[in-house]
Amino acid sequence: MQHNDLTHWKKINQGYFNAVLSNSEQTDEMLSNSGEIHPHWQTFIQSLNTLGSEEIVSRHKDAARLLRENGVTYVVHGEQQRHRPWELDIIPFIISESDWKFISSGLIQRANLLSLVLKDLYGEKRLIKDGVIPPEVIYSNTGFLRPCHDLTPEIDNPLFMYAADIGRDSYGSFWVLSDRSQAPSGAGFALENRTVLARTLPNLFGEIGVHRLSSYFRTIQNRIAELAPRQIDNPHVVVLTPGPYNETYFEHAYLANYLGYTLVQGDDLTVLDGRVWLKSLDGLVPVDVILRRVDDLFCDPLELRQDSRLGVAGMLDAIRQGNVVVINPPGCSILENPALLPFLQNIANRLIGEDLQLPSVKTWWCGNNKHREYVLNNINKLVIKPINRPIGAKPTFGSELSQNELNSLREKIDAKPHLYVGQDYINLSTTPTLIDGKLLPRRSILRSFLFAENSGYTMMPGGLTRCEGEQGELTVSIHDGGVSKDTWILASEQEQHISLWQHLKVGQNISAHTQSLSSRSAENLFWVGRYAERAEGHARLLRITLDKMQMGLEGSFLGKPNTTDGLKEIHRDESYNESELTYLQSILRTLTELTSSNPVYVKNESQGLINQLMSIMLDTRHNGSLVSTLHSLMSAAFAVRDRWSTDTWRVMNNIENQCELLEKNMSIYEHSQSQQVSGESDERTLQHIQTELDQLMIFLSALSGLNAESMTQTIAWVSLDMGRRIERALLLIVLCRSCFVAVQDEWIEHLLLESILIASESLITYRGRYRSALHLPTVLEMLLLDESNPRSLVFQLKRLQQQICDLPRDRLGYGLSEEEQLILEALTQLQLSNTSQLAHRSEQTTQRHGLEKLLVRLAQILIEISDVLTHTYFSHVQGQKQLVNTDSQSNIPRDEL
Amino acid sequence: MNYKITHNTHYSYSNLVNLGYNEARLTPRSFERQKCNHCELTVEPDPTNYREREDFFGNTVSYFTIQRPHQELSVTVTSDVEVNTPKLKCDLVEAMEWSYVHERLQNDTDEEILEMRQYILNSPMIPDLSDIRIYAEKSFTLNRPLLESVVDLTERLYNEFDYDPDFTSIATPLKEVVEHRRGVCQDFAHLGIGCVRSIGLAARYVSGYIETVTDPDKEQLVGAGASHAWFSVYFPDIGWIDFDPTNNQIPSDRHITIAWGRDYSDVTPLKGVVYGSGSHELSVTVDCRAV
Repeated sequence: MQHNDLTHWKKINQGYFNAVLSNSEQTDEMLSNSGEIHPHWQTFIQSLNTLGSEEIVSRHKDAARLLRENGVTYVVHGEQQRHRPWELDIIPFIISESDWKFISSGLIQRANLLSLVLKDLYGEKRLIKDGVIPPEVIYSNTGFLRPCHDLTPEIDNPLFMYAADIGRDSYGSFWVLSDRSQAPSGAGFALENRTVLARTLPNLFGEIGVHRLSSYFRTIQNRIAELAPRQIDNPHVVVLTPGPYNETYFEHAYLANYLGYTLVQGDDLTVLDGRVWLKSLDGLVPVDVILRRVDDLFCDPLELRQDSRLGVAGMLDAIRQGNVVVINPPGCSILENPALLPFLQNIANRLIGEDLQLPSVKTWWCGNNKHREYVLNNINKLVIKPINRPIGAKPTFGSELSQNELNSLREKIDAKPHLYVGQDYINLSTTPTLIDGKLLPRRSILRSFLFAENSGYTMMPGGLTRCEGEQGELTVSIHDGGVSKDTWILASEQEQHISLWQHLKVGQNISAHTQSLSSRSAENLFWVGRYAERAEGHARLLRITLDKMQMGLEGSFLGKPNTTDGLKEIHRDESYNESELTYLQSILRTLTELTSSNPVYVKNESQGLINQLMSIMLDTRHNGSLVSTLHSLMSAAFAVRDRWSTDTWRVMNNIENQCELLEKNMSIYEHSQSQQVSGESDERTLQHIQTELDQLMIFLSALSGLNAESMTQTIAWVSLDMGRRIERALLLIVLCRSCFVAVQDEWIEHLLLESILIASESLITYRGRYRSALHLPTVLEMLLLDESNPRSLVFQLKRLQQQICDLPRDRLGYGLSEEEQLILEALTQLQLSNTSQLAHRSEQTTQRHGLEKLLVRLAQILIEISDVLTHTYFSHVQGQKQLVNTDSQSNIPRDEL
Repeated sequence: MNYKITHNTHYSYSNLVNLGYNEARLTPRSFERQKCNHCELTVEPDPTNYREREDFFGNTVSYFTIQRPHQELSVTVTSDVEVNTPKLKCDLVEAMEWSYVHERLQNDTDEEILEMRQYILNSPMIPDLSDIRIYAEKSFTLNRPLLESVVDLTERLYNEFDYDPDFTSIATPLKEVVEHRRGVCQDFAHLGIGCVRSIGLAARYVSGYIETVTDPDKEQLVGAGASHAWFSVYFPDIGWIDFDPTNNQIPSDRHITIAWGRDYSDVTPLKGVVYGSGSHELSVTVDCRAV
């Protein structure tokens, strides 16, 4: 490309140059000590310059939008658990080819070495017996798991997956800061960062020549297939996640999806005959390889942490039997022990006869007297870490402590010296980071990922870079508000695009391989269906109610002619007239029934009414409210995150945002109530809500459309659609019951008929068919019995019958299963009914008993069907109990970046 | 002395249990002064899988699963064990000061001593207890031989703590045992280990049996009729010497060793995970006869 003049660019970014040049204590990744741009940054900077600052800022926003839309989040635990959007800086971390060669060769050596250490510690323990590692380093580390003795696979590299955090110091040297060996996280985020950046800065990749990441994942896939104990074409691989509450759950779902593996939780697995099985909707499916993201200790409640619900009892036995390969094998966390670092050089000499190419950050283990003395004397300059990192604990920086704190830390170390290490504080190099449109130097750490091959390791040509969020922070972590970066390794020549799709060998046939659906996923999909349909139904009815409240009744289809022009105000001086009130009462009864709220008593004043409506719509404390339903929808959807296409997930995100917007109205409303300035402000709030409900309806319809049109009609789709059908049928039943069972004044009945037709999206059809005649029998005909109306009750039941029939089951004899009997009964009862009899109003009674009886029975049956489905197909999840319980601790494992 | 042991553990569940996974450490060990001549473990209902292996400490582990609905689980071990009185090299043992042992453990670099250092460290059920060292130091006085110190400690535990099977369960933290000065054999063993480790010496937990006495004239030891537990202290050049604080004695040939480890959690005689709802009831009988 044409090299343009950077003078202007330098001028704009003079601040960056000044900041770097005035700081002699840190290296900068982009600039040399004399302020020259390093050669490996030049092309990138040229491109940035070509784009121009405004465009860069706008691309940066694009990246943030893409990440948000793709639902890339990191769960933050704190006072309140929340999903934080993943933050990506558009400026990558660029590594020169020579640096890269040095790092990768060093890390591959280290991974090989750690594999040997792992084998020794869980086998012969020569390193301890021969005095290379002091026994306390291993035996007082909670990562050393005695039940895993002799469990490590007999292969060259039992440490399948390895990651290391590395950084560059002020002299320009690289150091390994820590080792991640049990279930390293971040590779998925690195991939997503790359995907987003490639879309945001498409031209740059071609121009600059950046190593692609896909080859790394391809290698993983191949290696995993080789590792499978059953040598079959399509071994069954699962990604074992602790679940949606884990910090990096997004990544678990993302990787499972990308690599084509099934995402499971401990409850989804069972061990029978020394083999691990997935409890799927079609029965038990054998599992060959488990890619675990559950910590060591939580893998098996029989042999490891007894109170764990995240693993499965018998897993260690299945590993011993050679029936399953777990990546990484339980026990690997011993390698994360920082007390190993001071001994690693000797270990390397002993086991491989080499020096470490890439040094570990200088570490002193206080179990050694001399080292302890050094640490105690230099405590204010060092980073102090316990060798057993308590969950969520941060390292202690001596420089940040007061004299008192230093003394008490010294006392702690003196009491149990072998439990502490001191480490050099590395003043990490800075790298240009875009903050509020400006380039600023921020310190950064790189996490690199390696995977074991037959012999040796392959390393991801890239990685996950994290930089400090605020300048001068001592720790660099995403958890504490850091920002992530894509990592570019410059390639000398352009690379071929590697697809994860397998190449067919000549003559090879491929068989369709249906991904197994765990019972838990099926249940979540079922509830996504139910909640989505419920939210849609409620939103539609709420819209009608708001319309009617704002406009009075004159706007209706068959409404009384009214002389008032324009909108009626809610806070008018006169109250609702009697018929308006009766109408509103019926609609509100329906709403309260639907949302399981307390029955409303509509007084002849509007404030109580608005209060009630607000609670039904927006109160998160109220379980049945619209926003609560939306929350339930989101969490059910998140629990099957791996099942959604990118587009579907974007719609989900829109629904979530819309829900947040709606919730804001509640606080505005409550505020105005407390200020007693309601009236006009309430009216505005209600109008806002209406607009937002309209928007919500669009997103919910989009979701429904994507579900119907873009999901393969496998068992996953059936689960979701059954949920929708059951919910839609139940909604319709509630609508009909609360509006038509009680005999009303004819004029009010007409209004109700019209509202219900709107609420069930059938008004247009009805008008087209029957013109302007609104009669209960014809309306009932259309809502209950019309098979051609996709909103009718019979339509839902027929569909449900078909789906129930398609469910996998072991047929014993000729009898029908319980759910088949139930749906048959419902359909028969409905189809045998006669709408004119159901609608008949006699002078003597105030109730239509026949209608009531039918609807009550149908509702009962539908609820029973839902229960039977849950019981038969979904809840293979059983209570787990310990016969002897010696655990008194209870901590939830964390996965922090 | 030869013993015939029958040990039955019976669980009955209030509701059907569909799946059960168990690990038993019930096979008596064979070592210098003990030989297990025969051992048979029977599980009812018939286990679907049954495997044996050796654990980290060399104990025999029986792993079994029951993969069909059941409401009761019965595990019976019958074993024939030959036990000899430990031969203590008397002069050497009696003269060995605890501070000398402490120094050997710190400075020796031979394989055996390095391995023993793991028994000085805290373990899951024996955490740091405040003041435990002060309690222990009363027995471990200046220049005192190790054997004498531990015998004294054993005697103090025996005298100062009440045997009270109703007070503690497996899950009772050691801290409460110390506070209330009462517990059962596991608690006293844990406490003894905690004291020895607080001095910087190596101690381990031993699970086993005590002879069931049928002769009315012979003294019945506490802990018979159930599993028993005591602790063991490491003496360089000599090996491990057992101490039973529940009975205030150095076990001779009336204690039968099943397994050893850092504490109870390493040698739980029978543990399991079951899938099902409801509660369970447990009954244990042990008959350990001299033959």
